[in-house]
Amino acid sequence: MNYFPDEVVEHVFDFITSHKDRNSVSLVCKSWYKIERYSRQRVFIGNCYSITPQRLIARFPGLKSLTLKGKPHFADFNLVPHDWGGFVDPWIKALAKSRIGLEELRLKRMVVSDDSLELLSKSFPNFKSLVLVSCEGFTTDGVAAIAANCRFLRELDLQENEVEDHRGHWLSCFPESCTSLVSLNFACLKGEINLASLERLVARSPNLKSLRLNRVVPLDTLQKLLMRAPQLVDLGIGSYVDDPSSEVFSKLKAVIQLCNSIRSLSGFLEVAPCCMSAIYPICENLTFLNLSYAPGLQGNDLTKLVQHCRKLQRLWILDCIGDKGLGVVASTCKELQELRVFPSDPFDAGNAAVTEEGLVLISAGCPKLNSLLYFCHQMTNAALITVAKNCTNFIRFRLCILDPVKADPVTNQPLDEGFGAIVRSNKSLKRLSLSGLLTDQVFLYIGMYAKRLEMLSIAFAGDSNKGMLYVLNGCKKLRKLEIRDCPFGDVALLEDMGKYETMRSLWMSSCEVTLGACKTLAKKMPSLNVEIINESEQLEFSLDDRLLVDKMYLYRTLVGHRKDKPEYVLLL
Amino acid sequence: MEVGLKMTMKGGGGDHVGGCDKEKMGFEETELRLGLPGGGGDGEVVRKRGFSETVDLKLNLSSKQDTSGIDPNDEKVKGLHQEKNLLLSAIDPAKPPAKAQVVGWPPVRSFRKNMLATTTQKSSSEESGEKAALVKVSMDGAPYLRKVDLRMYTSYHQLSDALAKMFSSFTIGNCGSQGIKDFMNESKLMDLLNGSDYVPTYEDKDGDWMLVGDVPWEMFVESCKRLRIMKGTEAIGLGHTKSCGEMQEEKLKEVGVVNRATCSFDLVGRLLHACTSSSSSSSCDEKLLQSQQMDAWMDGAVWLCYYY
Repeated sequence: MNYFPDEVVEHVFDFITSHKDRNSVSLVCKSWYKIERYSRQRVFIGNCYSITPQRLIARFPGLKSLTLKGKPHFADFNLVPHDWGGFVDPWIKALAKSRIGLEELRLKRMVVSDDSLELLSKSFPNFKSLVLVSCEGFTTDGVAAIAANCRFLRELDLQENEVEDHRGHWLSCFPESCTSLVSLNFACLKGEINLASLERLVARSPNLKSLRLNRVVPLDTLQKLLMRAPQLVDLGIGSYVDDPSSEVFSKLKAVIQLCNSIRSLSGFLEVAPCCMSAIYPICENLTFLNLSYAPGLQGNDLTKLVQHCRKLQRLWILDCIGDKGLGVVASTCKELQELRVFPSDPFDAGNAAVTEEGLVLISAGCPKLNSLLYFCHQMTNAALITVAKNCTNFIRFRLCILDPVKADPVTNQPLDEGFGAIVRSNKSLKRLSLSGLLTDQVFLYIGMYAKRLEMLSIAFAGDSNKGMLYVLNGCKKLRKLEIRDCPFGDVALLEDMGKYETMRSLWMSSCEVTLGACKTLAKKMPSLNVEIINESEQLEFSLDDRLLVDKMYLYRTLVGHRKDKPEYVLLL
Repeated sequence: MEVGLKMTMKGGGGDHVGGCDKEKMGFEETELRLGLPGGGGDGEVVRKRGFSETVDLKLNLSSKQDTSGIDPNDEKVKGLHQEKNLLLSAIDPAKPPAKAQVVGWPPVRSFRKNMLATTTQKSSSEESGEKAALVKVSMDGAPYLRKVDLRMYTSYHQLSDALAKMFSSFTIGNCGSQGIKDFMNESKLMDLLNGSDYVPTYEDKDGDWMLVGDVPWEMFVESCKRLRIMKGTEAIGLGHTKSCGEMQEEKLKEVGVVNRATCSFDLVGRLLHACTSSSSSSSCDEKLLQSQQMDAWMDGAVWLCYYY
């Protein structure tokens, strides 16, 4: 390849789109490194503290699209205190000062302020796409700035963010000249919006393909919107409540028949089950159905709906569908690849909605299943072994038994053998979450068989350091390991310190790691940031190295200690 | 938790300035934990795994604690463990802890939990018309409370019958079930209020304590949150005479009155206690209460007096 001029090599690199491949390409030789960095447009940074914005800008002057992730995954479950970090502000400031022509920004678990959003909206004339997932810290004023100032905005996608809603006017901030919208998702906003503005916006957006509404958008507005945008591919319904005998409802039924491009359906944040029949005509073509925010639909409503969805590839649903309902899914949705079953009431064990039976039925009926997130009340080894026989294509397997450390109810054994079977037969497994009663044995299986595993989540499992060691030694491709409430301690942590440089991050909370061990690790591995999160009232950390650390988060970094840490974080 | 706090404070006093020098003591003093106070001479470490302790309690996994730096033969440690287990079992006697106590479990995003909670709340409030209207009923002097479903009855008369039956075993003095029935009858109310008999009262949606019988039955069922059968003498402040209320008002003005929005019943109770024992009011650091709020607020304060 050295015989070719740079332009030719660059052209070849244009076909290499995956981040991993691009990263690999850049390591081949200096010349390729140089060519690759000038031609790179999309950069993914899995941990915003692993690099600084200045270095990013210096290396990739042609950057157009940036993806950043902030807080550790367990922040989703309130294990990371407020103000821990993950601020996007320094990134936007640095990019704004530079000559980077940013067009796309995707953030996950980051803290975003209205000022940042305003600066973003004013600094990049070609800005096209903003996707915020599980972020917080901003209000609808920030959203308004994006709407008002990004003249060529194509995508505004707000997924599951905590947004302070100042009501309504942000939608009206889209100028009349804005006709470029392709995707608009504001389902997570709680407040009122100007419905007339919304209708006008949709009417002047001929390229609109994806529209997800929030709960205040009523059914009659939905009907009007669908009239204007029958070309929609992805629809998120806000409020779906009306009298089935009303004229508005008949109009809705009629217009839905025209929306034969819809492949993805979600929302139903408020729903009257009797109105669901209007949806049936579009069910035939659906590939993605998300009813996980629709607790108003009971098991049989769900089942009736699903029976029409023969082409479904991804299904997100609440556990009120029940085992029987899952059986219907199994016999109807033969193309199913991804299933997520969420708990409708996380704290009520009385209503045993789905069990191992539902999962077995799914595995038997859906041979293409490769991604699973399943919250259930119980699981047996036998069921997992059956699932492992039926499905060998799992890439993601996340099982959450609601009662932590619950054993197999039939045999009273730990679930080691069941999970062992899963990892043995699914050689492509990249992500695994465990639950139930588990001993060190399951980790031996994981270390032996889960050779492609990249992310592992463990809670209330294992007996000793051996468990963690099996995983660290066996899973060569491990990138993210998160552990809570397990008896893993210093011996496991310090056995192979170099391993952590090959991983993005390690989280350990309520385990048996001491402060002394963390200090040792931090001292020996300067390329790691070892953070201790200490939420007690102490102002100075005790020098007692035997203190058990409550929460430790370590990650590899090229730029040393971060400057924005809160008081309760100790950087070793 | 409260027990633990008391114990650590007992050991350490208020001096944390020399924290560095007697660092082990300092750490143990300030550390919130369940265990013996002070005296951690060798600095054995006690884990503060409050939430997973609750799981441990349920599942007897406490054997896991005997690893990693703690010498299980150390008498002190054994003592600590026993102490811890005792304390834990004192908190939660025989039954397993509620699952909700385990932080971050099940691993459902808070956004999702909140969304589902809002949606379920809305739909259940729409349906509440059909559901049972269960309210707690307390009677002064009775050892335990009862619950009634107000939708089972269609009139005050029926309710009074039911209450009479429920509490007939607890009546003191000359009240009896007839006395309760009589209170439902407004014309007899004023006579009986001046006696030592019982008065049925209820707390409405706004948190105010009202006399039963004033509003139409349906309105009562909609707005009643709980019932209390008070001793007649205590009920005097409830919208009939203000003598008791006025006295309290004066006393409180001396003390320095409280902003209703921010005070808790506990605080109010303590203030009233301070009034009655004429102790110094220098610890009160609150804002003035609006006088029109005072009346409604005093209704609640009346029954607090009963406890203080």
